[in-house]
Amino acid sequence: MFYREAGQFKTSYGADQAVFPIHQDRIFVALWLAIAFVLVPLVSSEYLLRAILIPLLILALAALGLNLLVGYCGQLSLGTGGFMAVGAYAAYNLCVRVPALNPFVAFLLAGGVATLVGIAFGMPSLRIKGYYLAVATLAAQFFLDWVFSRVAWFTNNTPSGSITAPPITLFQLSFDTPVRKYLLCLTILALFAMVAKNLVRGRIGRAWMATRDMDVAAEIIGIRPMYAKLSAFAVSSFFIGVAGGLWAFVHLGSWEPLAFDVNRSFSILFMVIIGGLGSILGSILGAAFITVLPLLLNQLPQWLGVSMSTAMISHLEAMIFGCLIVFFLIKEPLGLARLWRIGKEKLRLWPFPY
Amino acid sequence: MPRTFHAMSVLLAAVWASSIAATSEVLAQANEQFVPMLVYRSGPYAPNGVPFANGYADYLTLVNERDGGINGVKIVFEECETGYATDRGVECYERLKGKGSTGAAAFSPLSTGITYALTEKVFADKIPLITMGYGRSESVDGSVFLWNFPLLGTYWDAADVLIQHIGNLNGGLDKLKGKKIALVYHDSPYGKEPIPLLQERARRHGFELITIPVTHPGVEQKAAWLQIRQSRPDYVLLWGWGVMNSTAIKEAVAVNYPRERMYGVWWAGAEPDVLPAGAEAKGYNALALQHSAGQAPVHADILKYVYGKGKGAGQKEEVGLVLYNRGMINAMLLVESIRTAQGKFGKKPLTGEQVRWGIENLNLDQKRIGQLGLAGMLQPLKVSCSDHEGARHARIHQWDGTKWVFVSGWLEADSSVIRPMVEEAAAKYAKEKNLTRRDCKVG
Repeated sequence: MFYREAGQFKTSYGADQAVFPIHQDRIFVALWLAIAFVLVPLVSSEYLLRAILIPLLILALAALGLNLLVGYCGQLSLGTGGFMAVGAYAAYNLCVRVPALNPFVAFLLAGGVATLVGIAFGMPSLRIKGYYLAVATLAAQFFLDWVFSRVAWFTNNTPSGSITAPPITLFQLSFDTPVRKYLLCLTILALFAMVAKNLVRGRIGRAWMATRDMDVAAEIIGIRPMYAKLSAFAVSSFFIGVAGGLWAFVHLGSWEPLAFDVNRSFSILFMVIIGGLGSILGSILGAAFITVLPLLLNQLPQWLGVSMSTAMISHLEAMIFGCLIVFFLIKEPLGLARLWRIGKEKLRLWPFPY
Repeated sequence: MPRTFHAMSVLLAAVWASSIAATSEVLAQANEQFVPMLVYRSGPYAPNGVPFANGYADYLTLVNERDGGINGVKIVFEECETGYATDRGVECYERLKGKGSTGAAAFSPLSTGITYALTEKVFADKIPLITMGYGRSESVDGSVFLWNFPLLGTYWDAADVLIQHIGNLNGGLDKLKGKKIALVYHDSPYGKEPIPLLQERARRHGFELITIPVTHPGVEQKAAWLQIRQSRPDYVLLWGWGVMNSTAIKEAVAVNYPRERMYGVWWAGAEPDVLPAGAEAKGYNALALQHSAGQAPVHADILKYVYGKGKGAGQKEEVGLVLYNRGMINAMLLVESIRTAQGKFGKKPLTGEQVRWGIENLNLDQKRIGQLGLAGMLQPLKVSCSDHEGARHARIHQWDGTKWVFVSGWLEADSSVIRPMVEEAAAKYAKEKNLTRRDCKVG
């Protein structure tokens, strides 16, 4: 009833090709943006901002990057943690060694460094596919772990190996309060999501999707596999590198190489899978699921008034979380984004069932 | 499908609403002091984290049950599981820092990694960090590190005491020339901390330092011990935590390295580390952070007032083990700091800032230690602005197969070597962070 597009006529190609062609969609998105930018900072507690929303936004950006690679281009990658580390350490080194550099420029340049590293480790994709590529990117993850642990130059010769990010300031405005950090992450995520959406709808995105679906056929019709695959690695690594820089500077503040270990890679891959491969919204929903649900499970016994040892809560959290993932993937293997699309389809017919 | 979708959206909305509500949910009535506990009762570091957490919780319960709180102010404590992971530690910190009527008293993360992350945050939130026997070695300098208190000793002190003891065994530090000392360390900020001091000592006395990192969590040590078997160092220093310790001793047995020549830091010298290797662990030495395992009058009180009333956090048999005692002493130092602070600010729940003053003015003399029931376990301790440690003594204890036995007298870390390093590192930190240093000569 509410979602019908009856009566909405497009009078130009531009209007027809818009990202949100349906009027209701635009209102819906504008509403969400208004809630996210205006309402949430006003009503949220510091804990909600610092511990739930900010990690959610940063990991959503990383999941978005990985979704471009795995979901749109079909190249399985387990090196996400390593590329985040590249972004983080590159941003740190740029800020520390070139003090006059604006932190935002440092983030973008760090993304650029991560792009170069991503392309380098994406080269095996030209020869191998599927699980074998996953192993090659896993090697990237471990190699990058090792490099940042052993080569003292990257940590500015700190004996302990744990480094602290310098504060982020822009024209005397310091991003140190939770609200400012939240708005910074939200702005970056919104911009990058817009860029990603436009990329996947354009020529490059179609090349990626063709490579994903049937790479031999894609090559035959003239899509050059090297450009398609390496551009996927490049763009994906850029997003992931910037996410890594944000994770280190905005969320952790002080980190050691263990913060970007293989578990981080796995958790971002799970976000992409649960959220929905090949969907921009899916990356964000998947990140919400994986970040927020464990915290919710952890605090649930306290809210229900059940007293349990923290070890028991921790183990239950792991078990229930695992069971939910299994159940969820059996019920809807295509992820949360598919659920959302089905929801939209049902909304078009509501209140009728078919 | 719509049902799942509907359920999902209800779930997410519930998360939102409850998170907003949960942070304002306060358990304290007016006269209660909130103490947060960052623990790890699961994961590869749990064997060592559990007794520490139990000792900490039991001491706080003892103060409530036996003394009726600190000058009548009852202690309310809440645990949060970190699993030794920095990001979970940060999340737990954010969750607990505002609880209670006056906020959290002080945090003891029991993890050097989490300490590094929280050091940045406590400047803004004004909550002290008590990092007893760990943390940043340069945080001894209170003029820069206002909120960090590495009470009883840091890793530079630990490494220094070990080298002194080895020197004593050989008839003097100058006799160390030409010897080989290997450091098997956990590849994290915790394990890397002692390296600068060991390099300094190696430079001074002419011994060769071999550093062998072991990746977290430390179950894969075959390559490390093969290296030791090939290089045959005279002594091996073990800087491990959790399962890394027991694995190291088992590997040492496998390569037939004499355990008598192995020296663990105070976090690698407890029962969970030696018991898995069984009788083969006999002869293994470790640092004792002043205390070892054993019973003192305070343990009798804990068994009577805490376990007697069924409020113990762990098992009765655990009371008196090395890490249990350590957790207990950590809690004692916090309680005494709060008591000191109450002397100035009044017998009421205190804010983090007031507790910080209490820790900085903590002065435990031998008489008070005896009154607390800890005679024989601790040396007198006096914290000040320039010295956030209070004391830097340690002893070496050795596992004889069934219990820990002291094999050295009281050793003190050499300030003439360590203090310049501390001040240099602290000055570097202050410069990096653009901090104005406090003048410790003024109040």
